Amino acid sequence: MATSPLTTIQFKLAFAAWWLCWGVLHAFVMNWFGFAWNVAIWESVINNLLLAGCALLVTITLQFYIPQKNRYGYILGLCSVLAILWLFLSRSLLMLVLKEASDYERFFSQSVPIRFAIGFLIIGCMALISVLWYTINDQREIEKRKEEADKLSRDAELFKLRQQLQPHFLFNSLNSINALIGSQPQKARNMIQQLSDFLRGTLKKEDHQWISLEEELQHLQLYLEIEKVRFGHRLSTLITNETSGMKLPAMLLQPVVENAIKFGLYDTVGDITISIDAKKGDGSLVLQVQNPFDPETSSPRKGTGFGLSSVQRRLYLLFARNDLLKTEINEQLFTTTIKIPQQK
Amino acid sequence: MIRSIIIDDEPLARSIVKEYLQDQKEIEVLQECNDGFEGVKAIMQHKPHLIFLDIQMPKINGFEMLELLDEKPSVIFTTAFDEYAIKAFEAHAVDYLLKPFTKERFEKALEKFFGQAPVQKKNTEELLQSVTHLPSQSERIVVKTAGKIKIIPIPEILYLEAADDYVKIHTKEGAFLKNKTMGFFENSLPQDQFVRIHRSYILNVQEITRIDPYEKENHLAILRSGARIPVSKNGYGKLKKVLGL
Repeated sequence: MATSPLTTIQFKLAFAAWWLCWGVLHAFVMNWFGFAWNVAIWESVINNLLLAGCALLVTITLQFYIPQKNRYGYILGLCSVLAILWLFLSRSLLMLVLKEASDYERFFSQSVPIRFAIGFLIIGCMALISVLWYTINDQREIEKRKEEADKLSRDAELFKLRQQLQPHFLFNSLNSINALIGSQPQKARNMIQQLSDFLRGTLKKEDHQWISLEEELQHLQLYLEIEKVRFGHRLSTLITNETSGMKLPAMLLQPVVENAIKFGLYDTVGDITISIDAKKGDGSLVLQVQNPFDPETSSPRKGTGFGLSSVQRRLYLLFARNDLLKTEINEQLFTTTIKIPQQK
Repeated sequence: MIRSIIIDDEPLARSIVKEYLQDQKEIEVLQECNDGFEGVKAIMQHKPHLIFLDIQMPKINGFEMLELLDEKPSVIFTTAFDEYAIKAFEAHAVDYLLKPFTKERFEKALEKFFGQAPVQKKNTEELLQSVTHLPSQSERIVVKTAGKIKIIPIPEILYLEAADDYVKIHTKEGAFLKNKTMGFFENSLPQDQFVRIHRSYILNVQEITRIDPYEKENHLAILRSGARIPVSKNGYGKLKKVLGL
């Protein structure tokens, strides 16, 4: 809900000042028509207090409700009703207060059309000011929200980019290359090539693209080869693919394999095997990634375990299903299974 | 002769440090270690002057390893850690080397070591107090007990109790001592789960079964384990806020 113009002190001052001037003018005009000062002042005070009340009422009403359709018709109607109400009320009150003043009742009856016109105009002006105020406020609010949303999506974009580049992995690989240059230059060259191919592949990928499984496995092979150089003979990999012609969304399998490397290789000691297995089942591509873990230092929690919630989220956004990612702990082996329904 | 140890889980990363050290006749490498556990053992055995230490390693990370040492050697960190995280220990370590680093940069770090070795011990202590934002440290605490290393997952902590210069960590499996301050734990443990309810106690709110009034303005928290822990007036306010009362 928009804030009312009544919350600003400038508006309150302007409002009060205007009514004071208007009231004084009103009294003078009445006096000029030949009414005594006490009649003129009463008439002005009662009329204008009530009219100011109506003006406030219209502002407050519009703060809570402005119809989307036919809003000007609504405002016209509202102003007419309020103006009639005002006339009726001021007449009843004035007749009560000024019942001794001769000629006054006749004067009031004669001037009803003029009074209505003035009341309608003033209430209408107030309504228009209010509508303008609330519309501008709403607009500002919308712009602010839009700016915030833009900022959020920019931040997310940046975060994604940073994730894709994996600075930790990149700098450690460069450090390994630095070590290899002295002792085994040919191996260093090899690794630079693999690292470049891997990074190029990562940058090329777009989230919404579908890519062939063969292409994805080739890309991940590069990644695993680099890790093999970094960790010597500790890492062996086992990739089996029993499918052909199957596709999957880009950047879906890679985080799962990165996760397997993190818990299976970075956080363990000794020789380990990471396996990736692709099968076909129920018209879906079924991918299984297995890694060992160190139960002493990292305990896979309930739920999705480890850091797979973003994969879960992506699968949900893509397929509106929550049952496509499954994890399983068997002794010291962590298994992640993802099912990817194939597009027709 | 300066005795040194290299601790890094990547063989190639260790080999580059060794290669750069070849020209340094006054520094000998006593051992290379693969992880923090090995590192603690090697340091206690050899008492080196200087260690080259990676931060992310299996078992326990570099900081957790340093915490376990009663006598801390001078440390040169070698790490691919993001730069913002490094700001925290910029002031305290002898030096830190961002992987990959050049030989010139490496030698500059050694110069620093030769220049300021005596003050190093204090610096390492300060460094450990200042590092609270490593991911693994929000999940676990590493302690040494009877010569063995024990890793305590944070949710398994029942409560913490001040004990002179130490903090006593109470778990289902018993109590363990850690040489940190109550203030450190108050700031680094998850604030929605652990509340400092008393000058000498920090409590895991999930362990509370009930809270009884106790003397004037104080209370007693009764835990699932049956332990009864005093709650100060100030601590009761904090506790109410976390529990949403």
